[in-house]
Amino acid sequence: MAGTALDENPVTEPPSQPPVRVERTRRVITEDPSTADKNFNRITMASGISVLLLLVLVGVFLMIQSGEALSETGILRFLTRTEWRTDVQPARIGVLGLLTGTVLVALVAVVIAVPFSVFCALAITEYSTAKRRKWLVGVVDLLAAVPSLLFGLWGFLYLSDKIVPISRWLSQNLGFIPLFKTESDASLTGSIFIAGIVVALMVLPIITSVVREVFSQTPPGEKEAALALGGTRWGMIRAVVFPFGKGGIIGGSMLGLGRALGETIAVALLLPQVPQKIGESIHILQNGGATVSGFIANRAGADSFTTSGLLAAGLVLFVITLGTNMIASVVVSKSRSGAGVDI
Amino acid sequence: MTDIQTNDVDEDDIIDTPEQAASVSNAMSSKVEIIGGPPVGASTLEARDACAWFGERLVLEGVNLTMPKGKVTALIGPSGCGKSTFLRLLNRMHELIPGAALDGEIRLDGEDIYATGTRAQQIRMRIGMVFQKPNPFPAMSIQENVLAGLKLARLKCDDKDLLVEQSLIRAGLWKEVRDRLDSPGGALSGGQQQRLCIARSLAVHPNVLLMDEPCSALDPTSTRRVEETIDELRDVVTVVIVTHNMQQAQRVSDFCAFFLAEENQPGFVVEHGATDYIFSTPKDSRTLDYVQGRFG
Ligand SMILES: Nc1ncnc2c1ncn2[C@@H]1O[C@H](COP(=O)(O)OP(=O)(O)OP(=O)(O)O)[C@@H](O)[C@H]1O
Ligand SMILES: [Mg+2]
Repeated sequence: MAGTALDENPVTEPPSQPPVRVERTRRVITEDPSTADKNFNRITMASGISVLLLLVLVGVFLMIQSGEALSETGILRFLTRTEWRTDVQPARIGVLGLLTGTVLVALVAVVIAVPFSVFCALAITEYSTAKRRKWLVGVVDLLAAVPSLLFGLWGFLYLSDKIVPISRWLSQNLGFIPLFKTESDASLTGSIFIAGIVVALMVLPIITSVVREVFSQTPPGEKEAALALGGTRWGMIRAVVFPFGKGGIIGGSMLGLGRALGETIAVALLLPQVPQKIGESIHILQNGGATVSGFIANRAGADSFTTSGLLAAGLVLFVITLGTNMIASVVVSKSRSGAGVDI
Repeated sequence: MTDIQTNDVDEDDIIDTPEQAASVSNAMSSKVEIIGGPPVGASTLEARDACAWFGERLVLEGVNLTMPKGKVTALIGPSGCGKSTFLRLLNRMHELIPGAALDGEIRLDGEDIYATGTRAQQIRMRIGMVFQKPNPFPAMSIQENVLAGLKLARLKCDDKDLLVEQSLIRAGLWKEVRDRLDSPGGALSGGQQQRLCIARSLAVHPNVLLMDEPCSALDPTSTRRVEETIDELRDVVTVVIVTHNMQQAQRVSDFCAFFLAEENQPGFVVEHGATDYIFSTPKDSRTLDYVQGRFG
């Protein structure tokens, strides 16, 4: 049937599929990089590995140093006990009370910082002229460069008193939520809520910068499509920018959470560093609470058993922070928007 | 995205059962009302001495052009002569670019769309736009994509399912996607995506539809589909299409405007008129040279 057509065809190539299957040799081909490429590859590999090595070293150091406290207390008991008493024999130490405070402070910080960061990022990417954008990015970066000690001092000396009325208002109006309840005679300074606000200020720049980076990669075509359909800017943001940046917002928040978990000094100054007891209800608005890092900063330099116990607490914080950051980077890189973003 | 489906099914290959065919003609016969949407029917669009700047640079000067109601007007001309800029002047997308400026008037049914107190959103709702690169919302389903305009412009509609069906039928995509309206809009072939974008624009019942090289990223089959769609849209909406394909301009348009920009000079309209006339006996020799492929 194709015979006549083939005769007219001036191209005389053999048919691409031979009638009989022949044995073929499989030739593996690989890229042959230049010397410069190879060297560059080595350097990047080396620096990558050294960072990883550092991480492992820190982990190993913490494990060895915390050995004394952990073996005496038992790992499980250390993880589940809320008390921290070195004045009795044998000492009764545990990390759970500290961990509760840490997580609460971090959560308060993230809950406050994320909406702020998202609006900040939108102000920069969607609502600014080129000039104002540059300016705002500079301010946010500058904020990130402020040492956290200063935030802590400022929170301790100035902000604390200013937040007390807010705390009072919250406890009076939202006191039916158990977390917001306060005891009648409790002082409202030095609370987890205030510490959370200070930490929120510290993590705001990092979250803003991740979210901004992600937002700025929103495909312009989709944005134009939304506007061309008669959408307002805010409508366009909801239809296009938010769905696109979802992964970045989640990842950025978790990254901020990781930071917030570890922020030391501010919280050391602000909180009385009394570990939360299990069974007692949690009051985030009133004086009380302790965090792992704050506790370590406050107690450092004590006898060797206490130091070992503190480092064991540090090890727990290390693992949790590492885990949070790892999940954050996976979330960001898995999302459509995060593919090109480094965090 | 891993599940991109690239096999573009030719719609003619899908055989309708009699019931399906009946339901299609049924769907097109009933009217869907969009509350708060544009006035019903096609509109006339006129440019009067329109000029456009990017920053200090004048890129378009003194364009007078009438795009009659219910007709297809093609804009042709060499690259960089200001066709896209002119098109974006027509639905106020030009002002999204920092430093953009204009002079003159663009009249939609006689009223200047840049008059003070006129909102850009209101105008864009009445004058839809299809872009060169298909840009469906990838996170939304096909159905949500079609209805996106309603949501964005905060419009209500009495029968959303029917509106989706009608819009997709008009865009020539219904038969290919009717069984998977819930699958993501990004999981369509390029040609299907472009028709989805057309359906999305049509769903708000615009008076005018602007198309900037809608077929330049498409294969011949999809291109033919889009051209058929444009042909069927005649009378329903006014179409303004930018194209580099002379055959396409000849096939789809009733009127044709030839844009040109001399080196480092702003673009202008050399000549415009009925398509037959522009392609056979234009007054200006540059027009004839261009349409016969001698430059540009
Ligand atoms: N965002 C912008 N900023 C500055 N100048 C621009 C911008 N967009 C376009 N121009 C300039 O305006 C002129 C007209 O561009 P326009 O995109 O309208 O041309 P066009 O006719 O659509 O070309 P093409 O056929 O290649 O799409 C060009 O000289 C271009 O360099
Ligand atoms: Mg163009």
